[in-house]
Amino acid sequence: MSEDERYGLNRQVRLLGPLPLDSGAALAPVEYAYETYGTLNADASNAILICHALTGDQYVASKHPLTGKDGWWVRMVGPGKPIDTDRHFVICANVIGSCLGSSGPATINPATDEPWGMDFPVLTIADMVRAQAMLLDHLGIERLHAVVGGSMGGMQSISWAALYPERVKSAVIIASAARHSAQNIAFHEVGRQAIMADPRWRGGAYYADDDPPSSGLAVARMAAHITYLSEAGLTEKFGRRLQDREAKTFGFDADFQVESYLRHQGISFVDRFDANSYLYITRAMDYFDLAEAHGGVLAHAFKGSKTRFCLISFDSDWLYPTSESRTMVHALNAAGAEVSFMELSSPFGHDSFLLENPEMNRIVDGFLKAGEGR
Amino acid sequence: MTKLRPDLQIIADNIAPGSRVLDIGCGDGALMAALRDEKGCDARGLEIEPSNVASAVAKGLSVVQGDADTDLAAYPDGSFDYAILSQTLQTTHRPDVMLEQLLRIGQQAFVSFPNFAHWRVRSSLMFGGRMPVTRLIPQSWYDTPNIHHVTIDDFRALVQDGKYVQEGQWFLSGDKQTGRGMANLLAEHAVFLLRG
Repeated sequence: MSEDERYGLNRQVRLLGPLPLDSGAALAPVEYAYETYGTLNADASNAILICHALTGDQYVASKHPLTGKDGWWVRMVGPGKPIDTDRHFVICANVIGSCLGSSGPATINPATDEPWGMDFPVLTIADMVRAQAMLLDHLGIERLHAVVGGSMGGMQSISWAALYPERVKSAVIIASAARHSAQNIAFHEVGRQAIMADPRWRGGAYYADDDPPSSGLAVARMAAHITYLSEAGLTEKFGRRLQDREAKTFGFDADFQVESYLRHQGISFVDRFDANSYLYITRAMDYFDLAEAHGGVLAHAFKGSKTRFCLISFDSDWLYPTSESRTMVHALNAAGAEVSFMELSSPFGHDSFLLENPEMNRIVDGFLKAGEGR
Repeated sequence: MTKLRPDLQIIADNIAPGSRVLDIGCGDGALMAALRDEKGCDARGLEIEPSNVASAVAKGLSVVQGDADTDLAAYPDGSFDYAILSQTLQTTHRPDVMLEQLLRIGQQAFVSFPNFAHWRVRSSLMFGGRMPVTRLIPQSWYDTPNIHHVTIDDFRALVQDGKYVQEGQWFLSGDKQTGRGMANLLAEHAVFLLRG
């Protein structure tokens, strides 16, 4: 298997497409940057697809080439971990619309030989999933042992089960929702407006000058970052403590540690993320409402589903609160689907799913192992 | 295979192989696992205690963390062959509504509960003059989850009022099955099988 060019770290592929999109447009070709870990078994039955979140990437368990940091989910993915690269063949692909090598506004539009910019078609979560299905076809995987994702990755995971029930044996959906709430759309709109209000955004055509709207993107990230944490978490981490100073300056410098932290989050984000991608992906999340295509009844999305589901929420997550997971659980119950659900306790808000949580690992491990006997 | 609690063993013994079962208040999933492994049942669970849910899911069982008082409404009519409520009826907000729900979701329902009219409970109240604390009712009145204590005769009356059909009854005293005679006085624990 190791001889196969399709498998390994830092893979890149151009799929011819076209990929028909929900907007009515089509995308061709579909560029994919992805990584695989572990070995695909003889009957290709041990594949797990990991779907990343809004600003995530394919480097789920290997060093990020820009930041040099460890993969974003090494606590969950690796040898002996719940998603066990000794047992499973793990795939993680940069989602289309993003900027780490897959088709997005920063890649070249074949019609103009220029970066797409805002001519890139608007995407939906379902488009992202259909594109991933094309990638799996290329990789020779008909049926996934599991699809796993948190946050936007969870939206993709549950969409996978709805769009391709016969291709998904088990689905893990963590800190996610079956639709984007008004509050979530509102926060995204703040971020988009911050980017578009930056004079350097220039209608999205900033690639040629290599002068991106970094200030706007940094503000967008700062606002979003607050929603990933919790009041209790912020209080515990920063309180009202001052940053490297004994007293307030009576000015507008970052007096407080929490300000300094947020500024740092904003500044470091612009080095690894494209502002237009941020617009496109947040839009896709806002458009997400899985029940919409099923007459407004979420349970209809899972009628007759043979997929096993495992949902996890966190009690301090106010961005994707437990009530959103319960809505999905109730719909899955109503559809007679096999579902497990648990709300875990953690003070770290929405970001909890990325952090160390032994209980989460125990549940995912047990759930995946139980699916292997079938 | 660890030994099941006696009331659960009675339930396990009387469930038809291959049934669809909803275990409400399933704890760590011991009964569900037995039904799955020994009877090929498709078992689902509902449990309020997080650590129990985690243990059950880690066993590969499908268990949802939730509250029986509020979350049963999401289950469709007649979606299970059996709904099981073991040692939980007396903790529910409205036991009568709970019975309705059980027999709406399940074709049949198993209900087990500690008998508050057992002679030891009676004598404890009669001679001690205080709320009884026994093996099956171990907590003090102020921290007990048992908010609706029930006797076997109370339960029979409720079954009659609801016009449910009683299809089986089993009684336990000190982990051993006992006869029906004077069950309301002599049984510590009762298991009923009902049909709507």
